[in-house]
Amino acid sequence: MLPSYLTMAAILFCIGLYGALVKRNAVVVLLSVELMLNAVNLNLIVFSKYGVAPSLTGQVFSLFTITVAAAEAAVGVAILIALFRAKGTVNVDEYDEMRR
Amino acid sequence: MEFYTQSAWLIPIFPLAAFLLLIALGRSYRTTAMLLGSAGSLAAFVLSLLVLFERLGPDAVDYSIRSFKWIVIGDYTLRLGFEVTNLTSLMLVVITGVSLAVNVYSAGYMKNDERLTVFYGYVALFTFSMIGLVLADNILLLYIFWELVGVCSFLLIGFWYARPSARAAAKKAFIVTRIGDAGLLLAILLLFWYMPGHALDFTSIYNVFHEGQSGVMTSGITTFIALLILLGAIGKSGQFPLHVWLPDAMEGPTPISALIHAATMVAAGVFLLARTFDIVSASEAAMQTTAYIGGFTAIFAATIALAQNDIKRILAYSTVSQLGYMVMAIGLGSVSGGIFHLFTHAFFKALLFLGAGSIIHAVHTQDIREMGGLGAKMKTTAWTFAIGALALSGIPPFSGFWSKDAILTTALDENPVLFVVGLAAAFCTALYMSRLFFLVFAGKPRSGHAAVKESAAVMTIPMIILAALSVVAGFIETPWNGWLSGWLSGSEAVETVHGGSSIAAMVASIGVGALGIYLGWLFFVKKSIGSGFMAAKLPSLLRAVERGYYIDEWYRVIIVKPLRGLGSTLAVFDEYVIGGTVRMTGALTTAAGRFAARLSNGKVQTYGLAALIGCIVLIAVIVGRRFWS
Repeated sequence: MLPSYLTMAAILFCIGLYGALVKRNAVVVLLSVELMLNAVNLNLIVFSKYGVAPSLTGQVFSLFTITVAAAEAAVGVAILIALFRAKGTVNVDEYDEMRR
Repeated sequence: MEFYTQSAWLIPIFPLAAFLLLIALGRSYRTTAMLLGSAGSLAAFVLSLLVLFERLGPDAVDYSIRSFKWIVIGDYTLRLGFEVTNLTSLMLVVITGVSLAVNVYSAGYMKNDERLTVFYGYVALFTFSMIGLVLADNILLLYIFWELVGVCSFLLIGFWYARPSARAAAKKAFIVTRIGDAGLLLAILLLFWYMPGHALDFTSIYNVFHEGQSGVMTSGITTFIALLILLGAIGKSGQFPLHVWLPDAMEGPTPISALIHAATMVAAGVFLLARTFDIVSASEAAMQTTAYIGGFTAIFAATIALAQNDIKRILAYSTVSQLGYMVMAIGLGSVSGGIFHLFTHAFFKALLFLGAGSIIHAVHTQDIREMGGLGAKMKTTAWTFAIGALALSGIPPFSGFWSKDAILTTALDENPVLFVVGLAAAFCTALYMSRLFFLVFAGKPRSGHAAVKESAAVMTIPMIILAALSVVAGFIETPWNGWLSGWLSGSEAVETVHGGSSIAAMVASIGVGALGIYLGWLFFVKKSIGSGFMAAKLPSLLRAVERGYYIDEWYRVIIVKPLRGLGSTLAVFDEYVIGGTVRMTGALTTAAGRFAARLSNGKVQTYGLAALIGCIVLIAVIVGRRFWS
């Protein structure tokens, strides 16, 4: 069972990575980041169930990760709203502050 | 006892101090410069004379001191020092004496020159280097001073560097003599390699070579070293085939021609041969080569001098020819003959050059065809010049006769072919000197020099003194009195046993000298044979001789052109291969920079992509290494 779950997680991660790198809309980028995070969560759970030393720790750990991810998503959306107010757009291409 | 000899190291210090002071003072102190330069060489001259007088006694031993450690490599120590021998002390007097005369003379000749102080500085530096050259106690120190005099020669030939011809002549002199210098350097390196204990001082060289070399070196190596030393002498003393720089060196101021290119520096090659005579004489082949090169140069340059029209170039070729005599004498085994001729030649050739300078100063041309009738207007110049010319032509009792006779006697004893060559050269010498003298001083002025007048006393007095020396200097060695050869070889006066050959050589030498002068008189005064005689009969030969047998042209075709071709090929290689690589490095860096600048556009997604690519590369490398190894 392990390889198919891991493949599933890898596919999820790649979709998330693709979205984070190519999507214009900042909201979609944020969603893609969450997708990557969840791919990792899936890995944690799979390993805790089918790994070399199965235990409950991995599943508990993923619960914590989901909590933190929720908080992070809230912060991310807050930053996004601030950015939208400042720049008047959600197009990621126009956020080039790092060059200045 | 030997107080002055022990303080001989002071002699070069005086001109060196004069040089340093002159350089420090700057251009405005013109009178001070003349006084300083002359005072420096006067002090050196006086001390040299004292050293010479001290050494005239029969019990004079060679004095050398080498206390200064220069290079210490492991257990090998190279010491520097100075050595006073009879030969050295004689050279010292010649150098400082001529230097003093030229210093005084230049006060008149160069008095309107803007860079007078620089001139005196160079002359002082030259005097210092030349004294150092003869005092040096090992061959490496000699080489250092040898190069220094070369530099001074370069600076002074190119003294009027605004003239392109002077610049070209300076470069030519430097480059051509460099060929000889490279030979000398190789000889020194070989000596260093093969000498026991890597000793380079003349005493060790004497000990090794004088006693039949006792298996230290093979005869092949000895011959090779001797020939390389000869190459050094050929370059410096203007012997064939490296003589081409000396006539061109006449672009320098005339006092310099007298000091460097007639009396002292060009004689350094002869001095070198005399100093390393033990090496040269250890190889029969080298001695033969030396003798034949000298003999050939003597006749070769004398014939060229016949066809020259520039007063200084005649004297220059004459110098080359006379240096050929000296080299020939040494090649025939007569060091004292060579040094004796060096000694007398220094005086009368310096005198002739100073006279030529006086003439040029008065008429502002160097072409003897435009002169004429100067004898009446420049009496002092005329009679001093006449003494110099007679001495050079080998007419008794002037000094040149005795020294040339000494060489010719040796030649008659050792090698009749070279005796004939020497006689022919002596005939040519007499002929071109009479041509020069009669064209310049006799007859009527050939172009308007109304305002010609005698040069100032500051110029004529050195000439008069040199004229007096040219008369008497020959009597230190005559066929009846071998004082010089005995003194030079450090033994009691050797009984000269030339006998009949001496008389024969003397008669022949006087005969050809007189014949040459008589022919010159016929040609140029009485005009019983028209002076256009040669030009009408053999115009191509005359032109060939006038151009110095096209030696310069040959060099241009054989050496200069191929080297230039090689140079331009290498320049193309440099431009497109070396330069191309350099430019490509630059272009690559710029392109990389431009690419990186495009990447850093401030967008998070681009940075993320870059990070992703980097990550993939990293993983690929790590995984790939596992498969590869």
